Amino acid sequence: MSTNIRFKNRFIKPEDSEDRQYVGFATLPNQVHRKSVKKGFDFTLMVAGESGLGKSTLVNSLFLTDLYKDRKLLNAEERISQTVEITKHTVDIEEKGVKLKLTIVDTPGFGDAVNNNECWKPITDYIDQQFEQYFRDESGLNRKNILDNRVHCCLYFIPPFGHGLRPIDVEFMKALHEKVNIIPLIAKADCLTPNEIKKLKDRVRDEIEKFGIKVYQFPECDSDEDEEFKQLDKELKECTPLAVIGSNTVVEARGQRVRGRVYPWGIVEVENQSHCDFVKLRSMLIRSHMHDLKDVTCDVHYENYRAQCIQDMTSKLTQDNRVDSPLPILPLPTPDAETERLIKMKDEELKRMQEMLEKMQQQIHEKEQ
Amino acid sequence: MAATDLDILASEGMRSLCLGGHVGFDSLPDQLVSKSVSQGFCFNILCVGETGIGKSTLMNTLFNTTFENEEASHYMDGVLLRPRTYDLQESSVDLKLTIVDTVGFGDQINKEESYKPIVDYIDTQFENYLQEELKIRRSLFNYHDTRIHVCLYFIAPTGHSLKSLDLVTMKKLDSKVNIIPIIAKADTISKSELHKFKIKVMSELVSNGVQIYQFPAEDEAIAEINSSMNAHLPFAVVGSSEEVKVGNKMVRARQYPWGVVQVENESHCDFVRLREMLIRVNMEDLREQTHARHYELYRRCKLEEMGFKDTDPDNEPFSLQETYEAKRKEFLGDLQHKEEGMRQMFVNRVKVTEAELKEKERELHDRFELLKRTHQEEKRSVEEKRRDLEEDMNSFNRRKVAAETLQGQAFQGSAQLSIKKDKDKKNFFTLPSACSLTAGRNLH
Repeated sequence: MSTNIRFKNRFIKPEDSEDRQYVGFATLPNQVHRKSVKKGFDFTLMVAGESGLGKSTLVNSLFLTDLYKDRKLLNAEERISQTVEITKHTVDIEEKGVKLKLTIVDTPGFGDAVNNNECWKPITDYIDQQFEQYFRDESGLNRKNILDNRVHCCLYFIPPFGHGLRPIDVEFMKALHEKVNIIPLIAKADCLTPNEIKKLKDRVRDEIEKFGIKVYQFPECDSDEDEEFKQLDKELKECTPLAVIGSNTVVEARGQRVRGRVYPWGIVEVENQSHCDFVKLRSMLIRSHMHDLKDVTCDVHYENYRAQCIQDMTSKLTQDNRVDSPLPILPLPTPDAETERLIKMKDEELKRMQEMLEKMQQQIHEKEQ
Repeated sequence: MAATDLDILASEGMRSLCLGGHVGFDSLPDQLVSKSVSQGFCFNILCVGETGIGKSTLMNTLFNTTFENEEASHYMDGVLLRPRTYDLQESSVDLKLTIVDTVGFGDQINKEESYKPIVDYIDTQFENYLQEELKIRRSLFNYHDTRIHVCLYFIAPTGHSLKSLDLVTMKKLDSKVNIIPIIAKADTISKSELHKFKIKVMSELVSNGVQIYQFPAEDEAIAEINSSMNAHLPFAVVGSSEEVKVGNKMVRARQYPWGVVQVENESHCDFVRLREMLIRVNMEDLREQTHARHYELYRRCKLEEMGFKDTDPDNEPFSLQETYEAKRKEFLGDLQHKEEGMRQMFVNRVKVTEAELKEKERELHDRFELLKRTHQEEKRSVEEKRRDLEEDMNSFNRRKVAAETLQGQAFQGSAQLSIKKDKDKKNFFTLPSACSLTAGRNLH
């Protein structure tokens, strides 16, 4: 619980209030804490990857609940021309007085059909829809109860059976890396020996860099954090992509009851750090970086979307005055972008005409000589 | 008919006799065996599965050797088949083993065409054999048989069911080759999940009418083991190219932090069963099935396509030669017809292109004329301007000369004011030169 320890260090000690020069705004963190507990938190997590990679099991293991009680899996025959659906499960969970409204967005059917061209389109459309809805709400008149359905994080499951990223993985991540925080995971890591895991992680990291995919970057630690935290952070960064194992069953291992998988040759414990990176994923996703993920979504992805949206709308307005925008838009002082473009076009045309004229003149000269 | 009369005669003449002593024809099987051993055996395996699923490792484990193999890339545009032939020897029995790998299978985003290269390869091997059979001078006894005897289909261990690509591919292959489905990387599925997974896979195969290879149960010597093995399909295998010390032996195994998976341990995986079935018990049967069932089916389809039948409309047995000749004539006629058609098309197209080119030429010429005219006009107007400017310049020069002479006279008169006036005059006189420079530039 490193987060809590860090936070506790900032609580003021009561004897300081006797000090004459003490103003009292050091209680601000407390106030923030109280208010946020009262308001509650929300978090939207998307899981994506081919079927059979253990997504549902991992979600159950992460949040220690059973979200997928009665789901129906399709046969191979039905999946030949399956389209991607988007399903949402929302649960309210509470821990030590802190309420969390957790929404899991699932993408059944991704990568399952024989022809998977553009199978990520429903997913990008969904994310854009959530952004658009938030944009409208934010620009509306009554902004008291805005529902934030934007996707804060996308866990992408990479199959461990191959030698690295496959074309569909690359295409999916490139389509989404500017809309949502992507955290790539290596699924079903109990099929790889430690050497193989290391090789695969290096491979995947290289390929992510090679293809220019912008996955979620952990924020740098502040220099005043304690050493333990910095060490953890460094380890986390070197471990990506995280190799995870999930389990729906609790088994008996080494005298304790743990979540794990039983094999004839041994028992894999999900929470054992030497078996897999599940603990790191959980601590990163839930215990330390949940809020940062939300912040990046709001400050970076959503702002990009908003800027793009507004630009598109204003360019449409200057072209066609009949566009009826649902939002109050002020005429921006840069519609010159449009006229500039036109001017550039005309310039180019003029240049081309001049060149042709010159060529013709040359020919005439030659003929005359 | 003549044929059946002979039969009746023959069956009437067939009596079983008892032998008075040891004749020795019980060595016939041995003669056959020694002949086939001296000839050597050949076996062709096709491995179909996603990149990285463990095909090469399994081959290494099965034959207890290391076939050289580079890792395949995930970014192939299509499926490639890569056959590699190796000569193995064990206890003076030679085996010519060909392993055909499917490179790039399952990696593309659009996998609708993935099965085609595989089916084409199998058909090509059948075709080659058929061609050899139909030759006039043929040498089947030392023909290197490249027909695929068994196809090991590697299923990814998702734990749910077959993938859609697997189903589509197996349906296309089941009538051309003996398919043995295998669950690859089975050390990722626990025992209970494995049981459910196997049942699901088999039921999906059955409900979609995919015919996989059934181990033969007619021969009493192997019937029992074969039928028990049939119940274990698909085999869940684990392959390993490393050895780990277990007890006091080095065995092929995979070392995990939570335990060691031994490849040859029957309670860990079905590798031993696969090896038994594939190599030790049924190799010969696989070859027979390929020849007797799949190849014959292919041959029949191919010949029927070509128009051959076993019997005439009049029920007279057809001669292959005659049909062949007839077919050939027909084919040549077709070819000639096509050639004519193509020539026509070519001539037409040439005409059309010529017409287009002529049109374009005319257009260009017109434009050229137009441009020339505009150029002439501009030149004329520029010339006019030049003339005007020259006139201006000339008149200006005249005035300058006149002013100079006047000044000269005035200068002679008053010499004191000359210094300041000189400067003025100089300024005044340098002006025209500046003007003439710019005038000159405009002309060019």
